[in-house]
Amino acid sequence: MSKSLKTTGEDLWKNKADKVNSELFTLTYGSIVAQLVRDYKQDYTQVNLQLEKMGYDIGIRIIEEFLAKSQVGRCQSFKETSEILSKIAFKYFLNITPRVENFSTDGKQFSLILDENPLAEFVELPDDEKANKQLWYSNVLVGVLRGALEMVQLDVEVAFVGDVLRGDDATEIRLKLIKILKDEIPAGED
Amino acid sequence: MSQPSDIIQVSNPTQTSTKSALKGGYNPSLGPIQLPTSYQAQLASTASSKRNIYDHSLSRRAPEVNLSSLSYIFNVMIQYSQKNSKGIQELEGKLNTLGYSIGPKVLELITLREGKNAKREIKLVEILQFIHTQVWRTLFGRVADELEKSSEADDEYMITDKQPLMSEFISVPKDMGQLNVNAFVAGIIEGILDVCYFQASVSAHTVETPGCPNRTVFFIKFDRDVIERENLRFHK
Repeated sequence: MSKSLKTTGEDLWKNKADKVNSELFTLTYGSIVAQLVRDYKQDYTQVNLQLEKMGYDIGIRIIEEFLAKSQVGRCQSFKETSEILSKIAFKYFLNITPRVENFSTDGKQFSLILDENPLAEFVELPDDEKANKQLWYSNVLVGVLRGALEMVQLDVEVAFVGDVLRGDDATEIRLKLIKILKDEIPAGED
Repeated sequence: MSQPSDIIQVSNPTQTSTKSALKGGYNPSLGPIQLPTSYQAQLASTASSKRNIYDHSLSRRAPEVNLSSLSYIFNVMIQYSQKNSKGIQELEGKLNTLGYSIGPKVLELITLREGKNAKREIKLVEILQFIHTQVWRTLFGRVADELEKSSEADDEYMITDKQPLMSEFISVPKDMGQLNVNAFVAGIIEGILDVCYFQASVSAHTVETPGCPNRTVFFIKFDRDVIERENLRFHK
């Protein structure tokens, strides 16, 4: 099954994605992060928060494009969600396939390991002894994942637990399923 | 000030290593920093397994990402800038500034890639052609559509893009009619021109034509000094 997911992701990337130079993407994101760092006067905790918020705004909209283009149906398990995220969603949007690892025994937690990260290509954190302890440079991804999963009724806690930019061995995002949200009718519609 | 190398304590690794690992490399205010070999060895033993961005090749063809992803990111950039702006002009100014910081990096990357063929452009028309062709091709995958000189003033030039990539999925609300988010790209152009010593101000304007609702004209106005220098040098 995972084999076919991989091909689906690759076909989707090949045939349905309009492509653009990743350097423009990297630089554009970089200028946002740099601006936030300036605006929040090196308060990296605030920068993380702000990046996550921006990501959340992206996530709640990106899911629509993803579902429309990929035609994937409802996931039967969190395990399946993890595979679709890695092999189809990340492939389609960022042309990378993070590894899914460290599934917890209850099946409610896993890690995405990013061997490549187009957001952070050629990035170096400021040498102020604070940034490499506090800043999660690619924190926008956390927001995107949380927002997008929330839109498919998955309440998931998402956080970076490692980043090669900070000197960690791997760039790792941890996802933890809190609960499956009930389908609710939006307020004002009966 | 007398001995700038004393400011950084490269000679005493034990003292600096308790704070943070001092990095060799290029410091804009001090120039290249050469670490003592003993210190380098110590660094290598602790950091050898880590990937270092200076080890990456810059000439590798960059991979691609989805245009949608770039658009989403650009979108939150605009939203964030808009939240902190009072009017359209301020918003465009903010986007311009964000692009401006990218300009020199783009220029550096392109010239590094060209290697031996890289050339420092010293003629005004040639730097504009460079932007119109190489810069556009690197960033957007194709050359810009037109490059024109204003018929009214000798310091005004225009680069036209019929379908700007960055604003492909952006529709400007009616009450913000004047806004053109390609101010960001204008900022990139301005950044490149400035580091090449062709000081100019660049702005983006929507000039619709049938079939191209997003057609954008990048209006480049050079500083008077630049034009005078050009005349002295090449039009005697």
